[in-house]
Amino acid sequence: MTWLWNNLGLILGLTADHARLSGIPILVGFAASIPLGWFASRSRVARAILLTGFGILYTIPSLALFVVLPVILGTKILDETNVVVALTIYAIAMMLRGTIDAFGSVSGDVLESARAQGFSSVSRFWTVQFPLAGPVLLANLRVVSVSTVSLLSVAALIGSGGLGYLFTNGYQQYFLDEIVIGIVFTVLLALVFDTVLVIVGRILMPWNRPKVVRTSALRTPQRDWVGA
Amino acid sequence: MSPLDGIENFLRSLVASFLNALEFFLKAFAFIFDPTNWAGDAGIGARLLAHLGITVLSILIAIVLAVPLGLLIGHTGRGRSAVIAITGAARALPTFGVLILFVLIGINFGAGLSLTPVIAVLAVLAVPPLLAGAYSGVEAVDRETVDSARAIGMTEWQILTRVELPLALPLLIGGLRSATLQVIATATIAAYVAQGGLGRYLIEGIQLRDYTRAVVGAILVAALALIVDGVLAVVQKLVAPRGVSRGATRTTSSTGMTARRPTRSPDATRTPVTEG
Repeated sequence: MTWLWNNLGLILGLTADHARLSGIPILVGFAASIPLGWFASRSRVARAILLTGFGILYTIPSLALFVVLPVILGTKILDETNVVVALTIYAIAMMLRGTIDAFGSVSGDVLESARAQGFSSVSRFWTVQFPLAGPVLLANLRVVSVSTVSLLSVAALIGSGGLGYLFTNGYQQYFLDEIVIGIVFTVLLALVFDTVLVIVGRILMPWNRPKVVRTSALRTPQRDWVGA
Repeated sequence: MSPLDGIENFLRSLVASFLNALEFFLKAFAFIFDPTNWAGDAGIGARLLAHLGITVLSILIAIVLAVPLGLLIGHTGRGRSAVIAITGAARALPTFGVLILFVLIGINFGAGLSLTPVIAVLAVLAVPPLLAGAYSGVEAVDRETVDSARAIGMTEWQILTRVELPLALPLLIGGLRSATLQVIATATIAAYVAQGGLGRYLIEGIQLRDYTRAVVGAILVAALALIVDGVLAVVQKLVAPRGVSRGATRTTSSTGMTARRPTRSPDATRTPVTEG
């Protein structure tokens, strides 16, 4: 415990790094999965190509991807970009199937009536289909958020893993407390992210309160089983 | 500088980085296809076998722990929310940290730098996806089918083993796929704290700043993960009882009901896991 107080500055700094390095992939992955998911929900070929492609990328263990990306991107191995890009790829791969399902889950009758009312396809998407798909998108995003926060710590092996630094450093010093504190702060950060997402969801989708609770990240264990 | 120069410089750097990447990959493949690198205790052959051995052993332990429990939960419907809570909470745990924690605790208890704590962590990590696959597989079996089996006089044991288990197999294998990928990936990062496994190439490459070596490890680990996942995907297709095709299970797209409950979709547990 004294170690915690003596090193609070370091730990909070690492937590801030962790929030930034996992927050960017979560947001970029979410933003990218919307057009990709919309596209894939309209074309069988696109769906097959996108799901297979991201499925293969997702199968690649993260440490392997962290190491290969600098070669492909032409970045330095210690560059944070590698980690951010890798986690963004994983985030899209995790989101994509759920996003396709979410857009597909909006009733065809509703979409037809919107068209009959004179909505253009763009405004129909943003004002009808997207909001109605919102609860499912949010449930997926919460799973991605929790997984990305925990996955980032692996990047400590290539020097930019946020709180993962406490794991490599704690191992080198054979210091158990440091590792436990790293785990606790990682889980706390995941909880904070999750809480923020729930609150944002309630503000943006006030009609959906009971459903948001029911489709919490804890209640969708089936897909995207990510750890580490 | 005219805009054309800018474009030219950009294209030049693009070509340069492409050639650079190509060089690394060619060197890595030359290393992999050199038979002398396959021999010996620290060769590709030994490390590949160690990686597979660690994976198979951890998965077998996890199957013994998780599958009977998952089938029971699916059959009785009891303990479902506990499983969901556990799998959700487990997702938030940083595997890398948990791995190092176990290894250090193992050292404190005098286990030294043995593989036992590593295998223990890998087995524990494989439990949630297997549990979810087993229980959601049984749960996804049509209740009318189960009632019919009961009505023709099958015992609960017969219902579980002859009706529910065969019908649950595709989802159960889906859970096995997730678990296996997670274990392969985590066994890779385990090379940081234990000898053996293909992750050694990555760790050595990073520590020695020998980039080709790291890329060798990345290629081998990715290939292993893709091949094992491909094999399990074929198994998953083969074990589906005749008459239970993908189309016969409820699909997600049209109703909207199932989108929020993807456990019902045929390959819901399929999405592989990345790690380490």
